[in-house]
Amino acid sequence: MNLRSLASKSLKNRRSTAILTIVSIAVSVVLLLGVEKVRVNAKSSFANTISGTDLIVGARSGSIQLLLYSVFRIGSATNNITWESYQDIAQQKGVKWTIPISLGDSHRGFRVMGTSRDYFSVYQYGEKRRLKFSSGTQFEAVFDAVIGSEVANALNYAIGDQVIISHGTGSTSFAQHKDKPFVISGVLEHTGTPVDRTIHVSLAGIEAMHVNWQGAVKKRKASKALTEANLQPESITAFLVGLDSKVVSFKMQRYINEYSSEPLLAIFPGIALHELWSLMSVAEKALLIISLFVVLASLTGMLAVSLAGLNERRREVAILRSVGASHWHIMGLLITETVLLTISGILLGLILLYSGIWLAQPIIEKNYGLFIPITAPNIRELGMVCMLLAASFIVGLVPAYRAYRNSLADGMSIRS
Amino acid sequence: MIESASKSTIIGLKEVDFAWHAKANLTIKSGNLCVEEHEHVFIRGASGSGKSTLLNIIGGIVTPQRGQVEIVGQDFCQLKELQRDRLRADHIGFIFQQFNLIPYLSILENVTLPCRFSKLRRANAIERSGSVVEEAVYLLSRLYSKGRCSFHLTTSELSVGQQQRVAAARALIGQPQLIIADEPTSSLDYDAREAFMDLLFDEIKLSGSTLLYVSHDPTHQHLFNRVVDISAINPQQETDL
Repeated sequence: MNLRSLASKSLKNRRSTAILTIVSIAVSVVLLLGVEKVRVNAKSSFANTISGTDLIVGARSGSIQLLLYSVFRIGSATNNITWESYQDIAQQKGVKWTIPISLGDSHRGFRVMGTSRDYFSVYQYGEKRRLKFSSGTQFEAVFDAVIGSEVANALNYAIGDQVIISHGTGSTSFAQHKDKPFVISGVLEHTGTPVDRTIHVSLAGIEAMHVNWQGAVKKRKASKALTEANLQPESITAFLVGLDSKVVSFKMQRYINEYSSEPLLAIFPGIALHELWSLMSVAEKALLIISLFVVLASLTGMLAVSLAGLNERRREVAILRSVGASHWHIMGLLITETVLLTISGILLGLILLYSGIWLAQPIIEKNYGLFIPITAPNIRELGMVCMLLAASFIVGLVPAYRAYRNSLADGMSIRS
Repeated sequence: MIESASKSTIIGLKEVDFAWHAKANLTIKSGNLCVEEHEHVFIRGASGSGKSTLLNIIGGIVTPQRGQVEIVGQDFCQLKELQRDRLRADHIGFIFQQFNLIPYLSILENVTLPCRFSKLRRANAIERSGSVVEEAVYLLSRLYSKGRCSFHLTTSELSVGQQQRVAAARALIGQPQLIIADEPTSSLDYDAREAFMDLLFDEIKLSGSTLLYVSHDPTHQHLFNRVVDISAINPQQETDL
């Protein structure tokens, strides 16, 4: 006896309610797995933002704040680091390299970061991957700029285009450095990190921009010749440190944290990333709980539909009993139906999820910098799907038991 | 009336008491019935006299609180539920008053349904016609004397009379030993009723099955070997169903 074909024919007969049930399960699957995919990819994208850097140093504030502004270009620093302190630390024994970071300006919503040329050779992300140029080279002249791939795509910029940088970090600014346009010298390859959304200029460039400016206001006085030699910055926002050996990292952290000339903070990027992620885990859990409730709602919907239809199916059950179906067959039929509905819902959900990812991939990447690859469901996602199937089996037991009770009471004739 | 069971007894009920619920009054009290092989028995009784309950007991759907139920030589009360289900699937074909067919299955699928549950009936059908579907087509073509309709149609497109013919074909497929008909003609008009009874009797005679026919309407009782009043089977009926 093939219960599956009987169950699928029965469902086909009630196709409108069956389709609605399948759609509601599909939506819950999309939500459940979608949230999971976003969570996993956001987490790995977070963890991949920076690698190979042993310490991040900034003015004393909170470790997460320092991580956010120095690596993610979110928020801003409360204070700067003097050039002297930076130079002093950079020359300490055990320090292999340093990359200065100077933030505070922007161009059409994208952050501008002043840095040194070393940035392009030592900065690493993901699995110790280095930055590569898709076209052009690093900045040579004071007013050269290197842009991330997303900046190039979003603003349709290419080598040789001019960029006018605005004072401040808002997407609209009334104080623009129109007098000193930068020229794009290079475009970086896609990294999937905040680098893609950054315009890199030299520290001298940052200084040059602000010559004749006081605060956010431009002064009228003409400037002298702008060369790198006379554009040494007085301060920077933060700097990244690479050490000769991991062994000295705690010692170096303590040295910086206890630095006497000015209050500084050195953080381990891995630990700060972890702290930041745990800060976000509340939202992550809330999302998961919401999607679980959506799953619960769709299963309850399926149960309601199944129970509501049961009374109309008493005759069908009586006929099946009369031709020799046992109670187990009847229960099996109803459970098979709910499981078939759930499997169809899961399949439809997966189709919707993957086509949704395929469609939304560029939009999400453009707007949120999060790349969601189309990959097969991982073990955890498969586990979620299996749990959904198991839950539908349990839900199927309810109408199955009711049908069993009905058929006990009805026999082969409907007794109302 | 107590009748003794012989070797060829198809139905043997002895002193059967049955109530649908523990607290309810007995629907069948001291019920006795004996039907032998190849007999065509008409059971006559008003509605509410316990006819449907009797058929549920004979079909092994319910078990009586007391007494003995022997069907095709086996004591139902000694069998487990699954064994009773199998016995019913193998040996009994049912035709109900109405709503006999499963709406989401085609005519052919409805007729072949018992062969999904009974290996014996499947084997019988294959032996006689080569395949279950061939046997179903054969039975349907005999019952639909005026040309064949498409047996792949759904049953919702059939008239009540046609539905009853499909139900008869389903009861007969795989040659079960016992055919139980519960007022099969009550929803048919006169012509359809007569035609249906003729077809039913032809097929029953051809298959050699035993027929237990239950009705409140005595019109067709002359066609049967024996007429039993429900009061003879259930002499102390106390309550309506």
